[in-house]
Amino acid sequence: MKVDGVFDKDKIALVPDHFVPNKDIKSAEHCKCVREFARRNEITNYFEVGEMGIEHALLPEKGLTVAGDVIIGADSHTCTYGALGAFSTGVGSTDMAAGMATGKAWFKVPSAIKFNIVGKPSKWVSGKDVILHIIGMIGVDGALYKSMEFVGEGIANLTMDDRFTIANMAIEAGGKNGIFPVDALAEEYIKEHSNRAYKIYQADEDAVYDEEYTIDLSTLRPTVSFPHLPENTHTIDEIHEMDDIVIDQVVIGSCTNGRLDDMRIAAQILKGRHIAKGMRCIVIPATQKIYMQAMEEGLLKTFIEAGAVVSTPTCGPCLGGYMGILAEGERCVSTTNRNFVGRMGHVNSEIYLASPAVAAASAITGKISCPCDLDE
Amino acid sequence: MNAKGTVFKYGDNVDTDVIIPARYLNSSDPAELATHCMEDIDKDFVKKVHKGDIIVADKNFGCGSSREHAPIAIKAAGVSCVIAETFARIFYRNSINIGLPIIECPEAARGIEAGDEVEVDFDSGVITNITKGTSFKGQAFPEFMQRIIAAEGLVNYINNNQ
Repeated sequence: MKVDGVFDKDKIALVPDHFVPNKDIKSAEHCKCVREFARRNEITNYFEVGEMGIEHALLPEKGLTVAGDVIIGADSHTCTYGALGAFSTGVGSTDMAAGMATGKAWFKVPSAIKFNIVGKPSKWVSGKDVILHIIGMIGVDGALYKSMEFVGEGIANLTMDDRFTIANMAIEAGGKNGIFPVDALAEEYIKEHSNRAYKIYQADEDAVYDEEYTIDLSTLRPTVSFPHLPENTHTIDEIHEMDDIVIDQVVIGSCTNGRLDDMRIAAQILKGRHIAKGMRCIVIPATQKIYMQAMEEGLLKTFIEAGAVVSTPTCGPCLGGYMGILAEGERCVSTTNRNFVGRMGHVNSEIYLASPAVAAASAITGKISCPCDLDE
Repeated sequence: MNAKGTVFKYGDNVDTDVIIPARYLNSSDPAELATHCMEDIDKDFVKKVHKGDIIVADKNFGCGSSREHAPIAIKAAGVSCVIAETFARIFYRNSINIGLPIIECPEAARGIEAGDEVEVDFDSGVITNITKGTSFKGQAFPEFMQRIIAAEGLVNYINNNQ
C-alpha cells in the first residue's frame, strides 16, 4: 500500500501467536517480516516470544482493550473483547492493513439477538458449556452478521474468564460480535489491568432485537460439540447413553480456554490422578502471566505429574498449525473453538469441543467423560 | 463486468479450513495456495477447475477463520465468481477486498447443479443458468464494491485513489 506508515503506532498491537516459536522456515520468515515492520514503524505494542501470549488472552491482560473501544483484528476470534463491553470483530489482512494505514474501517450496523442469562451454573458447568449450548441451539449461522448481546442477572454468576470464552465463540454462530454489559466485575477487571479511560455503553431501553432467548444457567449441563461443526452439541447425559467415545488426545488451551480459571479447573480434576495409558494430554497456558501464575499455584506440577505436557503459549494445535497434529482416524477432546474437517490434522481425524473440566476428565478415563464420572 | 463458466457445487457451511487448510498458511503465494484449494472437501477440485469456473454453494459459505488465504486461493485457482445462499461475513469482506466477485442468491443456489454452465452479470446481478435456460436475480454490488473489485482489490483501490 502506498502510505508512509501506520496511522498511530500506539493503537496497533502485533502478536505473533499462531506459529511461534517458529514452526518452520516459512513461519520464521513471516515472523521476521512482522518483527521488522514493528521495528520500522516503532510499534509500541509488539510482543516477541517470551512476552507474547495468545492474542485474545494477552491484550485484555495487558490492558490494551477496554470498554467502549472499537477494535478490529486480523483473526476471527477478535470478538473476544466483547466480554469487556467493547465492539470488536475479526477482519482479513487487507482490511487490517487499510485500518493500520488509515485508522478507518467501514462497517454495516448489524441487527442484534438478545440472550437473557438467568440462574446460576451448577458444578462443572462453565462459560464453554454456555456458548456451546447457544451454538447448538441457534446453529453455526444462527447469528450470521448479527451482534450477540448477552444480558441479564445471571451474568453476575459468570467469571470474567467465562465471559471471554462466551464472547470468543460468537463467531462460531456466525456473529459479527458478542457483547456483555459492563458490570462491577468487568470494571474491576479493566481497572486492575489498564489505566486507559473506558466508556460504558448500554443498550437502549427500546432497542429492537431480531430474536430473544432466555438461557437458564442452572439447567445447563456439560456440553460437547461433536465433529464436524460446533453446532453438533450433546450434553454429557446424552453421551452417557451412547457407546464409549474413545479418544487419543486432549488439548487444554487456546484463546477460548487457556486462561487461569481453565488451568485451575483442569488441575483440580487432574490432581492426584494420571491420564489414561496411551493418551496424550497437551496443556497450553495462553500467556506468560497465566503460565507463571499456574506455576506459582503448583498447577503445572499437577499437570506434569498427571502425565500431561505443558507448552509455552501458542495457538499451535487449535488450527492444526503444529504441536499436537492428529493422525488418520485419531480423536481429540479439545477446549478449542472449531471442529471442522481436518482442522487439527488429518482429514479423517475428529475433534470434540468441550470445557476444560470435561477435557481433563476425558484425559483420565480415555473416553469422553464428565468430572462427575470420576471416583472421589 | 461478467463471469462465465462451469459450476462446482457444494453444500452448507463450507469452512475456511477446507477451502485452504491451516497447514498451508505459512505461504502467502496465491499460486501455491491455489494448488491446495478445497483440498479437504474435494480432492479433485484443483485437477478439474478451469479459468472462469464458478463455485455455487448453500448456506454460510466461508465460515470460520478470517484467513484471507481462502478467497485468494479460490481466485488464484481461476474461479471467476462464488454464488451462495449466504456467506460468512469475514469471508464476504475478504473476497471483495481481494477482488473475488461473490454474490448471494438463495434461488440460484437451489436452481444450479454441478456441471451447469452459468453466466453472471455483476452490473445487474442477473445469474443465468445457460444449461437449464433459467435465470435468477441476485443482489447487484453497490457501486463502491464494484470499484474495489474492478481495481482487483482494496489495496489497489486505495493506491489508485490517493
